[in-house]
Amino acid sequence: MASTFASRRAPASRRNRRRLAADAGLLVAAAAFVLPLAWVVLSALDPRASLRVKIPDGLTLENFDAILTPEITFTPLLNSLVLCGGATLLTVVCAALAAYPLSRFRSRLNRPFLLTILFATSLPITAIMVPVYALFVRVNMIDTMQGTIFFFAASQLPFAIWLMKNFMDGVPKELEEAAWTDGASSFQSLLRIVLPLMGPGVAVVTVFSFVMMWGNFFVPFMLLLSPDQMPASVSINDFFGNRGMVAYGQLAAFSIVYSTPVILLYVLISRRLGGGFALGGAVKG
Amino acid sequence: MTAATPQHTGPGPGPEVRKAPPGPPAPDPARRARSATTRRALFRALPVSPAVILLLLFLAGPIAYCVVIAFTDLQLTGQAEESFVGFENFRRAFQDEAFLNAVWLTLVFTVLSSLIGQNTLGLALASLMQRASKPVRTLTGGIVVTAWVLPEVVAGFLLYAFFRREGTLNAILDWLRLPSQNWLFTLPILAVSFANVWRGTAFSMLVYSAALNEIPKEVTEAAEVDGASGWRRMWHITLPMIRRSIGTNLMLNTLQTLSVFGLIWVMTRGGPSGKSQTLPLFMYEQAFQNSLIGYGTAVALLLLLIGSLFSVVYLRLLRTEV
Repeated sequence: MASTFASRRAPASRRNRRRLAADAGLLVAAAAFVLPLAWVVLSALDPRASLRVKIPDGLTLENFDAILTPEITFTPLLNSLVLCGGATLLTVVCAALAAYPLSRFRSRLNRPFLLTILFATSLPITAIMVPVYALFVRVNMIDTMQGTIFFFAASQLPFAIWLMKNFMDGVPKELEEAAWTDGASSFQSLLRIVLPLMGPGVAVVTVFSFVMMWGNFFVPFMLLLSPDQMPASVSINDFFGNRGMVAYGQLAAFSIVYSTPVILLYVLISRRLGGGFALGGAVKG
Repeated sequence: MTAATPQHTGPGPGPEVRKAPPGPPAPDPARRARSATTRRALFRALPVSPAVILLLLFLAGPIAYCVVIAFTDLQLTGQAEESFVGFENFRRAFQDEAFLNAVWLTLVFTVLSSLIGQNTLGLALASLMQRASKPVRTLTGGIVVTAWVLPEVVAGFLLYAFFRREGTLNAILDWLRLPSQNWLFTLPILAVSFANVWRGTAFSMLVYSAALNEIPKEVTEAAEVDGASGWRRMWHITLPMIRRSIGTNLMLNTLQTLSVFGLIWVMTRGGPSGKSQTLPLFMYEQAFQNSLIGYGTAVALLLLLIGSLFSVVYLRLLRTEV
């Protein structure tokens, strides 16, 4: 202890210098990373937005005014909400049910099942979208919200089960045993005891599934066809196609409106996560 | 982790009773006990069934279907019946210059953006954060993570604006009196790789921050007292201690990078003339612009196989944790 203290004291000036160097390095990186973000914020407020970062020619909310219409913003966001909300609900319910026996009962099937789940977690979902499209055409599920919801849920489920099981392992079994002796069924003890005790864990799985789906472009792009069903992740491309001249200010404003929910949700759970490591395996396109 | 059953224990009680004698059929206590435990095991496994059904129908099903139609000449439109063509799609792929080009670009994209970009930059940021002051650390972390949390398509637009001829990057280069150019036209694969670094570095940064925080302070301080320089400490102490995190991170980065579609689609559509067309974009083009579902699926299957390979390596890295 004493020697640690001494070594801490001696090179104090070198320590300070090193901290300054680290600060400088990080600030350079931050400046590089912030440029595209600055563009979207400044352009959204700029009446004459262009493609580069510049001081706005006066501040205005007219870009937001222009996009906050049912056709451009509200319908796609509602579609996103139905799609991602439905799929998240399905994912979380299925994951909680599946995690319970995996966490509570010993079985020789647990390990192979968990390994399969973990394997599926890291499969590139992008690769199977063409066959999924062909399959959905064949079984008449193409261009349906429910088909897309089912696929979304299935693609998110492996990781959700994995996370949920690990959170559930953290709830001591003894708490349930009392309920069992009182005659509660497994289902009752899952619902009344385990899930309430792992509330933060359930919140993380829910928010995480939702955020992943909200940002997903390829799945709805492939499985939905009619424009009135498109979620925001796909409809944002219309700023380039159908409306002629690209209104960059409006595109920026729409990007902000569309991104805000996931940023808020991320802030909400990031405190609970501590590091980012619980998210391992999850950032696949 | 705790629920994992030991694999190599001998036959125990319950369902593992195997040597039950054949005996008379009806009143066999061993068999009755076995059927009771089987029933109980089935009943206990019941809650898993919704998840299993969903996974079988919507994940395993498409993968199986992928394997089947990769060997057919299925087309998007105007075809009565597809027929089995064996390895024709694969033979065709390896003679197709556009496919080989896509393989090459996927390799470049993965090495540049995942192995070199995200991984190294993530480690650099994480180790700088260990020493930096708190406000700077919070600010930088917040900015880098925001880039990661943004929806893929939005990130694509932001970087499209950044790299366009009239975009921010050229504005900076002009200001520095350096030659500017139309990045999305001259070096599209470099532009999309940078975009992927911008979007994905946060993950590596978080992984490495967590790993570095777990190294005991005494270890690095002892090395410091012994007079080891910064680089030597990094090379001989820090890197060996976080090698598991490095492995995990590289695998996950690579898997994520292999399946990037939206980012490139928004920025370049794979163009100009295929100069940023990685395998997912090539697969999409063959299946939908050229209507060759069978061929596109064969490419998808190859991508899936590469992904599974990485996935298996990842499982081996995590083996102790399951």
